[in-house]
Amino acid sequence: MKQLFVGLTGNEAVATAFKQARPHVAPAFPITPQTEMMHKFADFVADGEVETEMILVESEHSAMSAAVGASATGARVFTATSSAGFALMWEVVYIAANLRLPICMPVVNRALSGNINIHNDHSDAMGGRDAGWIHLWCENTQEAYDSALMCWRIAEHAGVRLPVMINYDGFIISHTSESLNILPDEDAWKFIGPKDVGAGYSLLDVENPITVGPLDLTDYYFEHKTSQIEAINNSPEHIAAIFKEFSALSGRTYDFIEEYRTDDAEIIIVALGSTAGTAKVVIDMYREKGVKIGLVKIRVFRPFPVDVLRKALGKAKVVGVMDKSVTFGGFGGPVFNEIRSAMYGTANPPKIHDWIYGLGGRDTDIAQIESLIDQLQAIAGGSEAEDINMLGVRL
Amino acid sequence: MANLQTLSKCEDLLTGGHRACAGCTGSNILRQIMLTAGPDTVVGGATGCMEVVTTIFPYTAWKTPFIHSAFENCAATISGVETGFRALKQAGQLPVEREKMNFIAFGGDGGTYDIGLQSLSGAMERGHNMLYVCYDNEAYMNTGIQRSGATPFGAHTSTAPAGKVKQGKEQHRKDLTKIMVAHNIPFVATATPFHWKDLAAKVEKALAADGPAFLNILMPCTVGWGFDPAIGMELCKQAVEANFWPLFEVENGHYKMSKKPKEDRTPIVEWLKPQVRFKHLFKPGNEAILEEIQRWVDDEFTKVQTLCELG
Repeated sequence: MKQLFVGLTGNEAVATAFKQARPHVAPAFPITPQTEMMHKFADFVADGEVETEMILVESEHSAMSAAVGASATGARVFTATSSAGFALMWEVVYIAANLRLPICMPVVNRALSGNINIHNDHSDAMGGRDAGWIHLWCENTQEAYDSALMCWRIAEHAGVRLPVMINYDGFIISHTSESLNILPDEDAWKFIGPKDVGAGYSLLDVENPITVGPLDLTDYYFEHKTSQIEAINNSPEHIAAIFKEFSALSGRTYDFIEEYRTDDAEIIIVALGSTAGTAKVVIDMYREKGVKIGLVKIRVFRPFPVDVLRKALGKAKVVGVMDKSVTFGGFGGPVFNEIRSAMYGTANPPKIHDWIYGLGGRDTDIAQIESLIDQLQAIAGGSEAEDINMLGVRL
Repeated sequence: MANLQTLSKCEDLLTGGHRACAGCTGSNILRQIMLTAGPDTVVGGATGCMEVVTTIFPYTAWKTPFIHSAFENCAATISGVETGFRALKQAGQLPVEREKMNFIAFGGDGGTYDIGLQSLSGAMERGHNMLYVCYDNEAYMNTGIQRSGATPFGAHTSTAPAGKVKQGKEQHRKDLTKIMVAHNIPFVATATPFHWKDLAAKVEKALAADGPAFLNILMPCTVGWGFDPAIGMELCKQAVEANFWPLFEVENGHYKMSKKPKEDRTPIVEWLKPQVRFKHLFKPGNEAILEEIQRWVDDEFTKVQTLCELG
């Protein structure tokens, strides 16, 4: 298949992918840095390039609420948010997953208030990591575009039927022009396909009326939560198949994680988002010096890919987890929490330490990652280190 | 125009067996609305009494599609459903062919005057083809009779109780109906379930309107107001006759009284007396509160009457 080589920001790329998915309904509310994505999409609507009913709501809470209502009719629906907007819609984010509605939503990751800060970290999406959505994380514009195509297939798959969140770093990805390959519209449509409205339960089927979102008490709620757990736990096989199909179509390999130079790595950095790109550059520099170091980038954070991570990290001596969000008073950041738990009880687990970094958009440059690798090398050499560390902060 | 003969032949779309309290006038409101709306209707309920009593899993009292999402977002949710309908119709993908469907959101006064006001305002401003119904029982009844923006001055509630130094709610109620009129939507009206013919006519008009419509319906609550479950409808009648709840409609901005007010309105104390929530106001020393309530009722009524005279 011939692809188009273009230059787009992350927001433009995602808007383009969503245009190609021909969604029926898109509730939208402005928040930086997600806004540009909706501007671009609104331009497509205004120019007649896509027939989508936009609902220009008065808040993110209403954006997610309208998305829930529209999705319950069987329509293909997306919205987008960042930071405080995500926090405001939080309540309904859980409801969307509970109702098994295949809504897709970019969360253009930005620090949470307070203090107010418009720049990138992962505290918005990480706070909602347990809301029942599938989480895809993107390293660059290409991955954001590809994820915004694949998300529909994942969300709407009969064996999944869960909402999907596409995370990409505010400004670093959302506002940075990068070159990427995009599918021609017709090929993208062939891959995504039309929404099968009749496949689920439509609220508009007045001949077969259903009640959605009932009062669910001690006698049934637990069973319903269990079926939700099963749904997300059963999703990996379908996600894997969709990744495989898209990889074959696009020539770009997708999996739950990406391993970079990990084959013989004694030290492995775990990161997600754009930091993975910087880490790869620094890893190359250290590889040239003979340091056996690699990177594991997490692409799917929910469902958490325990088995692949155990396999990828099991042979390492030291793992340095990079967390761009914090759990106040908790034991490290959310990525560290999960990685340590996943590795506990495996044979000869690596030493695993956490570095909280980049909060509020503090730039994570090569020097910071060099400093991280130096610390990891010291740990590999037998030095003691704290479980939880900070990177790039003035102490 | 609705009459008993035609309404009695319509299918009851809210079944019996739901768990509303004995004497609840809310379920009666919903049944009456649904008789007029008919089966091609999608209903949304805000968290609240009516949602809770009609949808306890694994049962549902709804014979039409029904959605509940949360407390404050019923208007936004139904605006999404209505948009979904338009989009799927445009795409030729409706699950059942319908040229038109009704979209009705309902919420109590808590879910409408207070926590859901923003969502409601947004949906009305956007012009969705939907009817929002507020069943106004003047407090958060579902959570245990807490004071809301709709609770009248002097009423006892669990969060603004009458005690040794306080005498219930210290503010007058918010005028939500006028707030909705200010949205310049095609149809806004007040109603009660006692005035069934008026209610049916207003539902008909609301659903026929090209754009959003809002009905504010007084819903006497036997538990929260503290009255004999037999007299809920009588309290609706009295509320209108005392000018506490004037029946009017505002079509495309023009006010019109639905029912000619009596020359000599019933004193408000007649309406307050059968209700336990106002019992403390009849103790010596609280005369000024009763006077203030009467003054407020008369003032508010005069304002509405003037608007109706202007047409």
